[in-house]
Amino acid sequence: MELFFFSLFAFLAVICGINVVLQHHPISSALSLVGVMGSLAMLYLGLGAEFIAMAQIIVYAGAVMVLFIFVIMLLNAGSETGKGKASWMAHLLGAPGLIALFVLLCLFSTRWFPNSESVKFGDFAGGGAQQIGYALFTDYLLPFEVTSILILIAIIGAIVLARKEID
Amino acid sequence: MDPSAVLKSLNGGVPITWYLTLSAILFALGVAGFIFRRSIITVFMCIELMLNAVNLSFIAFAHQHRQVSGQLFTFFVMVVAAAEAAVGLAIILTVFKNRSTLNIDEIDTLKN
Repeated sequence: MELFFFSLFAFLAVICGINVVLQHHPISSALSLVGVMGSLAMLYLGLGAEFIAMAQIIVYAGAVMVLFIFVIMLLNAGSETGKGKASWMAHLLGAPGLIALFVLLCLFSTRWFPNSESVKFGDFAGGGAQQIGYALFTDYLLPFEVTSILILIAIIGAIVLARKEID
Repeated sequence: MDPSAVLKSLNGGVPITWYLTLSAILFALGVAGFIFRRSIITVFMCIELMLNAVNLSFIAFAHQHRQVSGQLFTFFVMVVAAAEAAVGLAIILTVFKNRSTLNIDEIDTLKN
């Protein structure tokens, strides 16, 4: 059951992730990214992070991606055209560097958890709204408050950048 | 090892390592898009893909250690990503208004 669940959504996430990179039109990339985020939300549910899974769908797949699609619509962004090719430097260093990065990440993950336990559904139920809220307002109160200032700065910055110049 | 033995040793569960490998795959895909794509909006979406990959490993670690802290890190990453998307897209709007291009190769004021 766990294996089937993981395989299904991992497969979906990887396929959608490849699609994000390969699609030429930004809208197709954006919709594929929504697919990745949805599959990851399901995997979070399996790992016992219910609150984060819901936040993933609402914040990422909802708010952030709608913002992206608004901007794509607003700018009337089409497919990459003309000299839409990456530079020779990217081709020369990008592909080997990419493979090295992937192998390195896999190596670390298998070295640090050589015989890690298997994930079973329901054996960690610490991710409900109650536990998250308790930890957020006790141990992580200062980061939480700093976050609110960050969002305030982001709002002001976005307004300043995107407003019309008044002559 | 033959596949059936592996399946039996899993005992119906999925090792944490597999989640970390999935995270590595998604992160590498994000880096690939970041390097090879030329549309500024797609590059930005690839950054989001990388952030999502890191979030997955945070959640996997939280499950491994039976602690809620990892999920809180994910929460903070989400907040920062939302703020970054708002400011970044405003910057993209401004760049498009001034240069009327979305190709990152044509935005090279600092180069010349």
